Formats: sequence, C-alpha cells, structure tokens
Amino acid sequence: MALSGMRGLSVFISDVRNCPNKEQERLRVDKELGNIRTRFKNEKGLTPYEKKKYVWKMLYIYMLGYDVDFGHMEAVSLISAPKYPEKQVGYIVTSSLLNENHDFLRLAINTVRNDIIGRNETFQCLALTLVGNIGGREFAESLAPDVQKLLISSSCRPLVRKKAALCLLRLYRKNPDVVNVDGWSDRMAQLLDERDLGVLTSSMSLLVALVANNHDAYWSCLPKCVKALERLARNQDIPQEYTYYGIPSPWLQVKTMRALQYFPTIEDPNTRRSLFEVLQRILMGTDVVKNVNKNNASHAVLFEALALVMHLDAEKEIMSQCVALLGKFIAVREPNIRYLGLENMTRMLMVTDVQDIIKRHQAQIITSLKDPDISIRRRALDLLYGMCDVSNTKDIVEELLQYLSTADFAMREELSLKAAILAEKFAPDLSWYVDVILQLIDKAGDFVSDDIWFRVVQFVTNNEDLQPYAAVKAREYLDKPAIHETMVKVSAYILGEYSHLLARRPGCSPKEIFSIIHEKLPTVSTSTIPILLSTYAKILMHTQPSDPELQNQIWAIFRKYESCIDAEIQQRAVEYFALSSKGAALMDIMAEMPKFPERQSALIKKAEDTETDTAEQSALKLRAQQQTSNALVVTDQRPANGTPPVSELGLVKVPSMSNVDHSSADHGVTQANGTLTVVDPQPPEPSADLLGDLLGPLAIEGPPGSAVQSERNLVPGTEGVPNADDALAIAPVGEQTNTVQPIGNIAERFQALCLKDSGVLYEDPYIQIGIKADWRAHQGRLVLFLGNKNTSPLVSVQALILPPSHLKMELSLVPDTIPPRAQVQCPLEVINLRPSRDVGVLDFSYKFGTHVNVKLRLPAVLNKFLQPISVSAEEFFPQWRSISGPPLKLQEVVRGVRPMSVAEMANLFNSFRLIVCPGLDPNANNLVASTTFYSESTRAMLCLIRIETDPADRTQLRMTVASGEPTLTFELKEFIKEQLVSIPTVSRGPAPPLPQTQPTSAPAALSDPGAMLAGLLH
Amino acid sequence: MGIRFILMVNKQGQTRLAQYYEYLTIEERRALEGEIVRKCLARNEQQCSFVEHRNYKIVYRRYASLFFLVGVDNDENELAILEFIHLLVETMDRHFGNVCELDIMFHLEKAHFMLEEMVMNGCIVETSKSNILAPIQLMDKAS
Repeated sequence: MALSGMRGLSVFISDVRNCPNKEQERLRVDKELGNIRTRFKNEKGLTPYEKKKYVWKMLYIYMLGYDVDFGHMEAVSLISAPKYPEKQVGYIVTSSLLNENHDFLRLAINTVRNDIIGRNETFQCLALTLVGNIGGREFAESLAPDVQKLLISSSCRPLVRKKAALCLLRLYRKNPDVVNVDGWSDRMAQLLDERDLGVLTSSMSLLVALVANNHDAYWSCLPKCVKALERLARNQDIPQEYTYYGIPSPWLQVKTMRALQYFPTIEDPNTRRSLFEVLQRILMGTDVVKNVNKNNASHAVLFEALALVMHLDAEKEIMSQCVALLGKFIAVREPNIRYLGLENMTRMLMVTDVQDIIKRHQAQIITSLKDPDISIRRRALDLLYGMCDVSNTKDIVEELLQYLSTADFAMREELSLKAAILAEKFAPDLSWYVDVILQLIDKAGDFVSDDIWFRVVQFVTNNEDLQPYAAVKAREYLDKPAIHETMVKVSAYILGEYSHLLARRPGCSPKEIFSIIHEKLPTVSTSTIPILLSTYAKILMHTQPSDPELQNQIWAIFRKYESCIDAEIQQRAVEYFALSSKGAALMDIMAEMPKFPERQSALIKKAEDTETDTAEQSALKLRAQQQTSNALVVTDQRPANGTPPVSELGLVKVPSMSNVDHSSADHGVTQANGTLTVVDPQPPEPSADLLGDLLGPLAIEGPPGSAVQSERNLVPGTEGVPNADDALAIAPVGEQTNTVQPIGNIAERFQALCLKDSGVLYEDPYIQIGIKADWRAHQGRLVLFLGNKNTSPLVSVQALILPPSHLKMELSLVPDTIPPRAQVQCPLEVINLRPSRDVGVLDFSYKFGTHVNVKLRLPAVLNKFLQPISVSAEEFFPQWRSISGPPLKLQEVVRGVRPMSVAEMANLFNSFRLIVCPGLDPNANNLVASTTFYSESTRAMLCLIRIETDPADRTQLRMTVASGEPTLTFELKEFIKEQLVSIPTVSRGPAPPLPQTQPTSAPAALSDPGAMLAGLLH
Repeated sequence: MGIRFILMVNKQGQTRLAQYYEYLTIEERRALEGEIVRKCLARNEQQCSFVEHRNYKIVYRRYASLFFLVGVDNDENELAILEFIHLLVETMDRHFGNVCELDIMFHLEKAHFMLEEMVMNGCIVETSKSNILAPIQLMDKAS
C-alpha cells in the first residue's frame, strides 16, 4: 500500500487512527485544528501544496464528525488556483464542506463561471460537478444558459456533457424557470439519441426530473426512451465497458424504465408493442444464476420491468405473469429477493383485478411476518395491510394480534394502528371489532394511542345493539388481575354509559361495578381520574331506586377530590357533587352521550399523515393518488350536500353552560373552563379531530335541546369577529368548535416570519400555507406554498393580495382547485417603492364543505428591505455628523419599553438586520447600529441608529435615528419603537418634543465618540 | 432524488468516508451515522441488504471489515444500488489492486475523486470503470 502523496496528511491520519479512545482523538484533532488555524492566519507563507494539504486535513476532520468552522475561505480560494491539483482539491473540498447558502460560495461564482465557459475541459468538469452538487438559485440564474449550451454542444466531449446534464438537473430543481419548456423538449429528445452511454445515463436522470413535473411537454421523448431500452436489452452497440457481468448497463436500463413510468400511458400502438416485447423478454428471460452480482443486476432490471408493467395497466395475461413471478419471489430463501417481492407485491395491489391472485399467497406472506429480519417483517406487514378486505380481514387481523405479543417494540405502534384500522374498515360485524380493539389494548396498551380507544367508544355510542355487548366485555376485562390503564379508561367509560344494561347479570349491580372500577383508581394517573369520576356520577344516576350507601361512598370520593390540585379533577368533583345532590335534575344532565357525527376516522387520517410528502412525487405516489382511496369511500360518510342533520348541532359541546344556573347558584363554581364556543352560523362540517371530546372537560352534556339553545345565545356575541389577527384570541384554545380553527397562533407565526425567511404563515386542519422569501435590495420574491392536507380537493381557492401603497406586489396565478395532498407554489413578486411600515394582506379563501376565509398579514415588512452593513468608527462619525437634525435625524424618548439588557437589545436589533456596531459608543449602556435600506425611491440608503438606555430604569430609553431621507428616518424610528415597546403602537402622529431628561452622556471633548454622538443634536 | 449519501464505515463503526448529496449539519450527520451504523452493523448475513430508517432506505454491503452504506429515498431501485456499491468496489480494486480499508483511509482524496466521477447530485453519472479512472490516472502520470 503506497502512502498518499501528502506526508503530513498521512501522518495525521495515522495519528488519529492510533488514538486509543475518543478523548485522545479529540485532543489530536483539536491540536491539528489549532495548527491549521495558525497556518492559515499568515497565509502569505503558504505554498499551494501546503494549502492543499491543510484543506484535506479539514475534510478528514469534518468526516470524523467534528465541526470545522474556519478555513472555508481557503478551500474556496483554491478554486481559483491556476494548477489542476490545487483547483481540484478546492472544488471537491468546497462542495463537501459548504452548502448552497454559504456566503463564500457567492465569491466563487465568477471563477466557477469562467471555468465552465473556458476551454479547459478538466476545469469544466470540476466546475460543473461543484454546481451540480451544491449550486443554489443564484447559480441557476447566472449559469443555466452556459450549462445548456455545453450539454447540447456537438464540439464538447462526452465527459463534459454528462456532467452538464446533471448540473442542469440541479439548476432546474433550484429554479424550474431556467429550463424553457418549449425550446427544451426537442433538445431533450435529441439528447436521448446519444450514443455515449455516460451522457445517456445522466440525460436520463435529467429527463426523469423534467417529466416528473410536466410529462405533457416531453411526449416526444417517450419513443426515444423505448428505443434506448431496446438498444440496451438487445445489447446493440453497447461497449464492453458498459456491460456489467454481461448485462448492458443495468443502471441505465433501470433509469430508462423509471422515466417511462412518469408518462401516464403510451398511446402509439407501435411504441407500445415494441416496449411490451422488451418487457416480456425481461420478465420471461431472467433466470436465477449462481453469480451474486449478475443475479442482482438482472433482478434489478426485472423488478423495474415489473413496476413498469404495473404502471402501464397491461393486459390481464401479462399481469398474472407478474403476480406469479412475485409469488415465486416471496417464497424464496434469498432475503433480498423476498424483500423486494413483498415490496413490489404491495405496489401490485394498486392494479385492479389481481387482488384475488395475490390473496392466494396470504399464508406465505404471513410466514414472512415472522421472519427474523425486521426489514422483511415490515414489508410483510405493509402488504398484509394493503391486501386486507372484508373477505380476509378476520384472518389477517387475528394474525396481527397474535404477532403483536412477540413483535419488537419498534413495530408495535404501527402494528396496533394498522390492526385497529383494518378492524374498523372491514369488520364483518361490530362485536368482532370491539373484541379486536379490546384485545389490542390488552396486549399492547402502551402502543395503543388515544385515537384508537376514542374510536371504539364512538362506535359503541352510535350503535345501540353493540352497547350491552361492549359493556359485558369491558366488565370481563376488569376481572383480570392487572390491566393496562387505557383499558381502565375505556371500560370505565363504557360501563359508566351502559352498565345499567347489564344490571340483572350476576356481578353487575351498580355497587359491584362501582367497586371493581374504584379498585383501579389508586393505580391510575391523573388523566384517568376525571373519566372515573364521570363514571361514578353516571352509575349514581342509573341507580334506581337510589342506594344511599353507594351514594355516600361516591360523594365521599367527590368531596375528597374537591380540593385536588389538578383543575380538571377538581372541577369535575365539585360539579358532580353539586349535580348529584340535585336529585331528579341529574337525570337530564347525566343522560347518555348522544351519537357522534359520522366523520373520517382519525386513525386513517393519522395513517395517511405519516406518509411523508416530498416535493418531487414518485411515480408510484402519483398513481396512488389517481386511484380513489378505499379509506375515503368507506369512512367518509359526510352528506354530499354539506348539510348534516340538525341533531348534530347538539354535539357542539357547551361546557357546563347550560348548567350554569345549577352549579354556580349552589357552590359558586368558577367557570375556569367554560370558554365561549364560536359557532359558525352555517351548518358546520364535522371536523376530523372531534375525537378530543372524550378527554375534554365536557364529558357531561346538556340535553340536546338546551345545548342548542345556549349555543344560539352565544352566537351574537361572537359573530363577526373573524379578523385574521384576532381569530385566535377568541377561539378557546384546546376547545372544540365546529368552525375551521387555525392551528397555531397566526400572530406569532407572522412575528416569526418577520425575522426569518421561511416558515408557516397559516395552518388549519385542511390547508397549510407556507412561505419562503428571498430578499434582494428593494425586491423580494416570496413563494406561497399552498398545501392541501386532505385526501379530497380544496375548491374555490382564491388568493387576493391587498398591497399597501408603498409596495408593488404581484401574485402569480393561483389555481382554483388544489388536488388532494398536493402542494402548489405561487410566486409573489414584491417591489419596495418607498419606506413605510404598512404591511400587505393576503385575503385567502377556499371551500371544504364550508367556506373558509382568512386575512393574513404578509411578512414583507420594513426590515426585510434592510441589508446589514457594519460600519467602522471612521465611516460612522462623519456620516452621523453630516446629518444635522430633524427631519433627517430624529430623536425621541421612548417609554414603556420592554425591560431587557443591552445585550438582549443588541440581539433584537441584529435579528432585524440593524447591525449593532460594538465598541463605537464607549458607554456600555448605549448602543449604535447601522443598516442599509433599499427602496425604489431612496435607492440604497445608509441608516444610523443610536440608543441610550438608562440603567436605573430599563423601561425608558432615548433613541436617535438618522438617514438621508425624512420619511425613512421617521418610519425606521417608529418601526424600532414598535419592536421595543411591549404593545406595538400604531400612532402615526409627529414625534413628541424632545425632553432632555436623560443624563446619559456628559459633555466632553469632541474626540470622545460618545460626546460626539450625544452632542450632535445640539 | 436518488442517492442521499454514501458512507464507508468499518466494523468498529468508524467512518472512513462520508459523502452527502443533501445538506445536513454536522450534528445531524453524527446522529444519523450513529443510528445507521447501530442498525446495520448488528445485522447478520442471512438478513437482507435493505434497512428502512427515517425517510431513507439504506442499501448496504459488507466487504471484509468495511461496510458500504448508501442512503437512498424510497423511490430507488434497491438492487441497482446494491450493485452500484459493487461497481464502486471493483473500480477501487482496479486502481489500488486488492483494495482494503487502509487504502481508502490513506487515499481519501482518491476515493473522493472516484466517487465524484461516479455520482453527482445524487445521480449516477458514469459506470464505465475506465472512464471513471481516467482523470486519476492522468493526474498520477503528471505527478
């Protein structure tokens, strides 16, 4: 083994290798970092060779997992080295250490561009690779035309063109506009005629990205892909170097078939025929061979062919061939093939009318559920989940339950969720469903989320026939010696509601039920006690004629918890005690819970949510969306016209509101939780997460009539408040309402976005609006990401921009409909005309059952047009002095400031891009900051700020703002003031006169900067 | 978008080469590498070469003391990646002659050069060994 050409590097690597432990390694690394840092400091003495060596050391250290936060400049500077070895190192290390957002990268743009357009093809390759790996938007805008030219140039050699193809792919992902669809699709088709397989391999990747976004534009590429595939499959004109164990580039074959999966169909019969010939050959002609690598490679091609056949909805005959093949694969011993067999069979489920053939393999699949390899078990679980329907649900769910007791922890949660969903979706009868869920809780209580037991309660509540059965079952489980807390919750709940149905059975008298539940109380946590208290109250109510002994027992418990520290428990105890003393009135109040509205199962929703969204949709996912989801058909039983039966209104929980007179009269109960419920005057849509009901403070409900009554009474008070900013203030947090409630605080989200450039602007159960902004001088480009969170489309989507007078805002077209689970991007161009603190508003509305409209402030605020600039004392003071007073320089004493230390204030300023210049003001209680403001009217304008704080009273300070433009000075001053005082003021009156109250700076010689600052206004 | 990262880790769990095609902070890398190494190194020969982890699928292969781990997204042909690992090893073998962990360790730069010729932006760019090695040979000749 020869040592590397760089001795110092080899020595360092072997030193690190010889370190006996991690601590020693860290010491050695720290020492080396110190050494490199010193060497870089006096860079003049460094030869290119040394620089190269140190940069490699940095990369090595970085690879070991240590942060390297210096030397980036040196790595970048090597890019402009004249000689290849240094330049190469510069490029490679830069692309490993930096990312696209790194400032130093900008410095290199010119060099990189020169290398790309230069004549030296090795330099071209290096530069294209760097841009291909870490190029950002700026690169996309400045380099795309050059890269395109290289890619299609006939004089350029393949080694450059293949890199240009992938470089363009990167630039396209950064900014899709760089590829002009009209012009490029023909060029792309020509590229696919390429003979050189390196160029063809990278061009195929480029095509996949282009087609994934817009298959319509690239139809002409489809026959070319088929031709390329034929060429490979027939091994025509394939250089030896590109065959791998006798197989013509399996990677290119795979990529080509992948590209074909992005076209929805193939219409041209000839192309289709040729393609199927090739596919048929792959399907039939792939044999198992001894050589592992050859076998893998040929099966890589085979699996891709299978995927393509599935995609093309081929004739039944070829489909059954595929299923037969997969059936063979899932039975082999070789784990990789079995894994992929299971995975692809799961995909196959999307093809209509092969499900029955797949079901024949059920027993085999269940064997894989018990495989020692977790990867295989997961695939088997997914497949079983996917293939489950009414006919086999009993078998499959029972298998899952059985497996649950032995399954590893990593899988139990997923397993229980899936079992619960299947049981719900395909239950042959409801009592079986109840059995399954109770078993699930019994076997894996820790992994059964609340959603699961909420759901079973809903079913029981909504099906009278089921209630006695569920009560019997719940009672049986309570006899077990040790049961999971979730089981306590669910059985207590069910028995509270329905145990009176069992009253005649042995062991089921109210007293017995009470005592067996009460036995569990010492073992449960605070969250369960409220449920138990409700159960007791209900048992008491159902005990007719009343049993004084039981009553005393239960009352004693209520009284015990009257002073409980947990507010929820306390409130229930107090209220139940008061209510149960009322005698007959109890009957009305404690009546059974009415039926729940039909709604999409939260479980299924949850399962859908766990699927991650990626920007570039895979062919498979696109396909999955085209199919109507089973889940929706089965569970989403919303009335089509959006008018639910009136009785549903009774379900709006009115927290003790209807009972106010009872309870408060007797005991003066405080209505801590009795918050207002906003009621949409329109018949509301049942929201999917109403499930929270069961745990809410409102387990007791007034009879429907009175609930509706009080609800209506509330309406006038709360109507007409849907002001975007205040929406949350009136929406009781954590409370159920039937309007669409935003998730998170809109005002806080806006505040956060004023400081950062990307994040969520608004979210509710149906939509998420994200924002990403890019600010350059007086211009901004915002992208609104409108994401539909549902499995059905959002319609009547409208977005209007209401710009303030100083901003020019142009929103690109917003589609009327957002498809299910899709995200659309709408760029919004902003131009800042002049300084102002006004903000633009996005008036956004959509329809999902009800009409939802929100008005959202857009974070195109004054500070976004600031560019940090740090100014030295030599620059600052002449500027400061040259601006001599109002209206260009304004001073104001601000009171009611949020108390904060000077350091905190400096941070606050910096976060608004008002860069604090430390040390400029010698008085530690003062700070001085500078920034540049950009607008069309002012161009780039320097702004200077000085704050003098009073250490004795942190709530007041004196602020002086100076700039070359009166409005800017005023607006900036007001802006800063808004940030400093706790309640943003909107007063636009003139600045108050200037009281000279603060004794911060004493007069001193003019050479003292503090004195100069202070004295300037005099 | 294909390959997210390529790791070479020895059986003690020490990283010998790490190349990422998406940006992760050093903390994220450390955490990710730790989790993956724990998961993959504990597996035996009878288990398959694919491990699902977070949003990634890890395709891995072991050569003597060295593990090659490739993180891909869920939309990649697993066997093609598995053989791509072998192609990488064969390419290094052709250059170093019977490549071992130490070759990769002490010639980190060469390993990087090769990888750079083979993968770009997470996509396979070249699969011909002679084309991959051409620039390195050119450089060796020059020096």
